Amino acid sequence: MMTHSVTLDNAKCTGCTACIKRCPTEAIRVRNGKAVILSEACVDCGECVRACPYHAKKVVCDAWERLAEFDYTIALPEPSLYGQFRNLDDAGAVLQGLLNLGFDEVYEVARAAEVLSDHARREIQLRAETPEGRAESLPVISSSCPACVRLILQRFPKLIGHIDTHLAPAELAAIRARADAVRKTGLSPDRIGVFFLTPCPAKATAAHHPVGLAGPVIDGALSMTEAYLRLLPAMKRADTLPSVTAGLMGIGWAVSGGEGKALLGERYISVDGIPNVISVLEDIEDGKLENIEFVEVGACTQGCLGGCLAVENPFVSKARIRALQKYMPVSQNRYEPRPGEIIRYAQPLEPMPGWQLNTDMAAAMAMHRQIGELAARLPGLDCSSCGAPRCRTLAEDVIRGEASERDCIFRLHQLRGEDGDSLPPPLRKAK
Amino acid sequence: MEPLTLRYTVDGDSFTTAGEASTDMKRSLKRIGADADLIRRASICMYEGEINMVIHGGGGQASVTFDGQKMEIVLTDRGKGIPDIEAAMREGFSTATQEVRDLGFGAGMGLPNMKRYADEMVVESKVGAGTTVRMVLYDDPQRNA
Repeated sequence: MMTHSVTLDNAKCTGCTACIKRCPTEAIRVRNGKAVILSEACVDCGECVRACPYHAKKVVCDAWERLAEFDYTIALPEPSLYGQFRNLDDAGAVLQGLLNLGFDEVYEVARAAEVLSDHARREIQLRAETPEGRAESLPVISSSCPACVRLILQRFPKLIGHIDTHLAPAELAAIRARADAVRKTGLSPDRIGVFFLTPCPAKATAAHHPVGLAGPVIDGALSMTEAYLRLLPAMKRADTLPSVTAGLMGIGWAVSGGEGKALLGERYISVDGIPNVISVLEDIEDGKLENIEFVEVGACTQGCLGGCLAVENPFVSKARIRALQKYMPVSQNRYEPRPGEIIRYAQPLEPMPGWQLNTDMAAAMAMHRQIGELAARLPGLDCSSCGAPRCRTLAEDVIRGEASERDCIFRLHQLRGEDGDSLPPPLRKAK
Repeated sequence: MEPLTLRYTVDGDSFTTAGEASTDMKRSLKRIGADADLIRRASICMYEGEINMVIHGGGGQASVTFDGQKMEIVLTDRGKGIPDIEAAMREGFSTATQEVRDLGFGAGMGLPNMKRYADEMVVESKVGAGTTVRMVLYDDPQRNA
């Protein structure tokens, strides 16, 4: 069973189809007048949250009250958080603000990002120098966006070997923050609460259900929107500021292109937005990406700054990140393995089937044919009145037994005419 | 098992749309659970064929039939035809115009690549009438691509 961090406020959903048309993996249907997420196709990107005009789609995050469950609490702010504030000339103000809100400590995710950039450089070199399996592992595909990782596990199982097997920055930050705090306070690790301030539902899901790890290393994911609202007044009380512990490289991870740039080479591309990511993954499958050693992928426009829990529009926050980077050291953290520390996936990534029509090929082929035949009978308007994003997806749903051909208002009209009923049919829900 | 059949019309006017048939074929084959290596080889054959049809054939028709074991790809165009098929099969042999080469195509690797990735390939062509390329690919886990 897959878990997700997007839920629907049933009372607010009008069944308007705005979300089903915008979902990049076609994972939503309107059924009985309400939007329903198809779990096996959803990658938790949060596009539906942005698309819903009625704010019926919500990201499920942990409650701030959970901080009280622990004796010592640590906040993990992502660099994307720094881009949310107007007139911020020192990210230390955000760190101080978090302390003012009651966290005992703040550990910047950008710190871990810089360590991981150093590791990634070695990883690429290693794979490039290993002729055996080179084609199956290069280009290295970034694993920092959990929505993209899930997309690969679902639709591009052949590319699993390309995924960077290092942990995501927030995970490494959580592991290091907890270990440091245990040493400092003498508390047992489970008395220390490590909370990540998430810009998106995908990272909220990953905090609780990480891929490649036996269990979570983060205790909770707090909404970045809520963090912003709580921080605004808390930051005003700040006078002396803690130092920022990362350089412009780690801060740059907030923006699409930052992770690639941190590799200090030219042979990378940075791709943002799921439709673009899908098309580049297709190219990698076909071996069409020449001379590219690293592919940075992010589900949101402009990278994590574009997460649906970010407050500011990503183009503005990108300019703010650029301003913050000025006069910063390049990097303040580097490769230094700590004995016994987990820095890579502890277990292999497994494909997530579900996109395949049927595990039996003969049955899948028969379904494929039936879908094509039915799709040819549908009007091809992709109007979504039936509750599916496109005529083709309705055809798939019908053949899977999850919808009826009469859900199509045009087909309903025709079929009733064929049945000898010349009156215009009443508008009613099929079934 | 009744075979899966896919049909495409390849637009002869534009390089930018060439590759659409191969992308759609790949998606369909993935969704029925065909072997990943077979899909890769078939995509290359189809892609090269599409490009050829745009460069030389003025567009044409592509069809794919797959019964779970054997795949047949047939590419047909009504273009200018190939006068010397043997020469056309040689790596680097190309009759593409300079314009086409400036776009990064026409390196004389299309047909040789198709032959390399297909298990069987037959080219029939008549000057002035058109060309038909038939390729057969088998789902063979033993094959090393």
